[in-house]
Amino acid sequence: MPESLVTVAYIVAGLLFIMSLSGLSAQATAGRGNTFGIVGMIIAAVATALSPRAGGYPLLAGAMAVGSAIGAVLAARVGMTSMPQLVAILHSFVGAAAVLVSLGGTLDPTAVHTGVDATIHQIETFVGVFVGAVTFTGSIVAFGKLQGLIGSKPLLMPARHLLNLSLLGASLFFSWQFVGSPSLGPLLWTALVAGLLGIHLVMAIGGADMPVVVSMLNSYSGWAAAAAGFMLNNDLLIITGALVGSSGAILSYIMCSAMNRSFLSVIFGGFGAEEGKVPAKVDGAPQGEVKTVTAAETAAILQEAKHVVIVPGYGMAVAQAQYPLYEVTKRLQDAGTTVRFAIHPVAGRLPGHMNVLLAEAKVPYDIVLEMDELNDDFPETDAVLVIGANDIVNPGALDDPSSPIYGMPVLEVWKAKTCIVMKRGMASGYAGVENPLFFKDNTLMLFGDAKKMVDAILGELRKGEAAA
Amino acid sequence: MVLAVPRESGPGERRVAATPETVTKLVAMGFDVRVESGAGLGAAIADADYVKAGATIVAGSAALWTAADVVVKVQPPNAAEADQLEAGATLISFLWPAKNTDLIQRMAARQVNAIAMDQIPRITRAQKMDALSSMANISGYRAVVEAAGCYGRFFTGQMTAAGKVPAAKVLVIGAGVAGLAAIGAARSLGAIVRAFDTRAAVKDQVKSMGAEFIELSVEEDGEGGGGYAKEMSPAFIKAEMAMFAAQARDVDIIITTALIPNKPAPKLITEEMVKSMKRGSVVVDLAAENGGNCECTVPGEAVEAHGVHIVGYLDLPSRLAPTASFLYGNNIVHLLTDMGGARNFKIDETDEVVRGALILHQGALKWPPPKKDPPPVAPKTVGSPTPVAAPARAGGHGKGHGAGASPSGQSQAVAALIAAVLLTGLGLVAPGEFLSHFTVFALACVIGWQVIWNVTPALHTPLMSVTNAISGIILVGGMLQVGGPPGSLMAILGASAILLATINIVGGFMVTQRMLRMFRR
Repeated sequence: MPESLVTVAYIVAGLLFIMSLSGLSAQATAGRGNTFGIVGMIIAAVATALSPRAGGYPLLAGAMAVGSAIGAVLAARVGMTSMPQLVAILHSFVGAAAVLVSLGGTLDPTAVHTGVDATIHQIETFVGVFVGAVTFTGSIVAFGKLQGLIGSKPLLMPARHLLNLSLLGASLFFSWQFVGSPSLGPLLWTALVAGLLGIHLVMAIGGADMPVVVSMLNSYSGWAAAAAGFMLNNDLLIITGALVGSSGAILSYIMCSAMNRSFLSVIFGGFGAEEGKVPAKVDGAPQGEVKTVTAAETAAILQEAKHVVIVPGYGMAVAQAQYPLYEVTKRLQDAGTTVRFAIHPVAGRLPGHMNVLLAEAKVPYDIVLEMDELNDDFPETDAVLVIGANDIVNPGALDDPSSPIYGMPVLEVWKAKTCIVMKRGMASGYAGVENPLFFKDNTLMLFGDAKKMVDAILGELRKGEAAA
Repeated sequence: MVLAVPRESGPGERRVAATPETVTKLVAMGFDVRVESGAGLGAAIADADYVKAGATIVAGSAALWTAADVVVKVQPPNAAEADQLEAGATLISFLWPAKNTDLIQRMAARQVNAIAMDQIPRITRAQKMDALSSMANISGYRAVVEAAGCYGRFFTGQMTAAGKVPAAKVLVIGAGVAGLAAIGAARSLGAIVRAFDTRAAVKDQVKSMGAEFIELSVEEDGEGGGGYAKEMSPAFIKAEMAMFAAQARDVDIIITTALIPNKPAPKLITEEMVKSMKRGSVVVDLAAENGGNCECTVPGEAVEAHGVHIVGYLDLPSRLAPTASFLYGNNIVHLLTDMGGARNFKIDETDEVVRGALILHQGALKWPPPKKDPPPVAPKTVGSPTPVAAPARAGGHGKGHGAGASPSGQSQAVAALIAAVLLTGLGLVAPGEFLSHFTVFALACVIGWQVIWNVTPALHTPLMSVTNAISGIILVGGMLQVGGPPGSLMAILGASAILLATINIVGGFMVTQRMLRMFRR
């Protein structure tokens, strides 16, 4: 296949990727978008394989076969609850691949560069290794935190900004060495230092910021691919890398706005634990009486309500309560109650995580609404059921300037007539902030495992039906 | 403390300032309630009902008035009644002090206190005492009932075996309390209701009552403060009149409620428009008291002009006397509660509500009250509704988007400058090939940015897994390297990259497929 035909194939693949991403912007076209992506990828792979520069087919075919098998098994086995982990670990693969490709690039005997060209080429190689390594180790730490292998609390080194800067300085030093005399040594050092930087950056970020981190790493993996594209003079890699990089960056920006946090403070700082500003724990803690209810009483309240809003959080995901929850929803709907789901932008551990879980339980997506769509309706809502969510329904974010999450838009569930909060205990949320919601007059606490409690409510509703 | 409820002396007035329900509350507050014999007859209340509620019946007006510490009434007293008030006594009723200067002077001479129910400030705390609102509500409802009485057709559309009856079309002008009540009543009778108001802020209220809100192409907000409208510009009025003329030809019933404080009611429905209306149509003019919104209105009467019924009754609340009396009586109870009941009765001039409604204090003229606030809303360009009830969360929220979306102009300029310098430097040293790649890169960034901006949040997870799969394009890099010398480090690195990238591609696309299949409407 001549080089020019390969280029045309790359253009087609690039366009298909763009159409794929734009297709993903709405439910109706999302399936098509995914198909475009697959077709684009196949065209790109086939064109590359047939290009004059390709070779080593046995090795190529073997690696692809093994990779496909692993990928397919992963995709088929993963539970929707662990989507965040899967996405994080996949990012690490891209990062690692980018490092490998960039390292390999320096070994290419056919690529001969001179003068400025050579310098630029070496810088490109360095960027590819650096970004790739940060992505690789950062994603692995993110995976570990999401999987619970590493504690979710931000790890705050005493002089962490200085540490970041010196790691950055060290890798710049190695890049200077590398540009001076291209060899594998400085590049490997760069990879090592960048890897440490990636670990340190993500370790310092708290669990509540994980949605931002995961989409940030998504962005990095794109930039790494783009850098490799520069190095290999491959426009398709550049286009795709830039697409993924900018889309990931925007997604992180959207997440940050949803939490009313500055982008930089999420990336470089631990959540709610800036130096010298330890969150007021005890003295500012809301005091008061907590009223508890039983599952039977909750069922009765839901049956009497005309408008019900359900606010799911990570607790629902962990307990896998979405299935019985939809059964409850259907029963209430049959009785003429309006039931809607309110999704906070950062509920769960991945952007859009709750939507995926509810979709898995076959909840129709037109009763699943965003925060902005529902927040004004709470005063007219009879009952709110908060399941395993905490920080996203914290009134302190609106009225307590000393709260670390002050300023973050939250679901104003306390404005409803009754608010039932389902929780395992009184522990604070991921952000480690007390929640005054639990002490409000119209708040009732239903303690217990989300799944068991929802099952119990479902049982009560069934009983009621049998009696009727 | 003696609280007197006289029989209303005005012609045709059927309301009364207390009903058995409110008397019970007044007695509980410690008042010795005395009701003039026959006071409740117009509102279908017998003397015996008052007695049951704890009141004493007094025959004859003179005995009642002279013994009273507090007199509660609906209409302003006539001269003879005012003269019966003892010095130091308190009169609570509608007084319209701007119109009834003679009466006020007469009462001032008698050293009495006078509180005007029509001057209660229209603030949130005073809503429960706002008799104008409770009466306006009744007027709006009754206006529809009057219209239905004159109009010889159904309000609701029906498909019957004998033929199809179209629904009546009702236009309500002015969406204040009366207008909204009229909308509600007309809607529940089944009519198609349209409403117009110069104040953009009431659009949502109109919609919430189930009516269509008519908007003009001219933009001007008529919010004049205190829930009233202000006078509009000539251009606006011209557009408005053209709209009314068009509506008059189309609708069956027009209910007008347009009042501007201390001005004659604006003439909105001209005689020409009345002529253009279908025969048998109805105009109910709730502004008749101030001259009427319709040129054909005869205040106080229902007339027929050009085949159209024009209803200009002034006593619509009185035509619903039991309900009107009950609500008015409750307004009075709330006012008296705020004034301390019988036990701590006090005319407290520091109380904003009492001060606003106070006309005479021990004979001294207290009206009009000193202005505290500047005239509320300055004329402003429309588009943004008045921020009367800007919810508290608007602040926090706006901040959330504002913070990142628009960094200060200065830092933007600095960023642009830095970018310009860097690009110039790049242009000077970089070879052409690199620059063409750079072009591709920059454009692709912009496309990515544009494409992602509109993604619904619900799809963020699938989006991420797809972009993740796509970034597996690094595969291509590996494929180009694996062709190196067999067994070389480069080929091995390439093969490893291919392996990792393929996991990513296959895993990413498949899991996206799985997720997307779950989304259903």
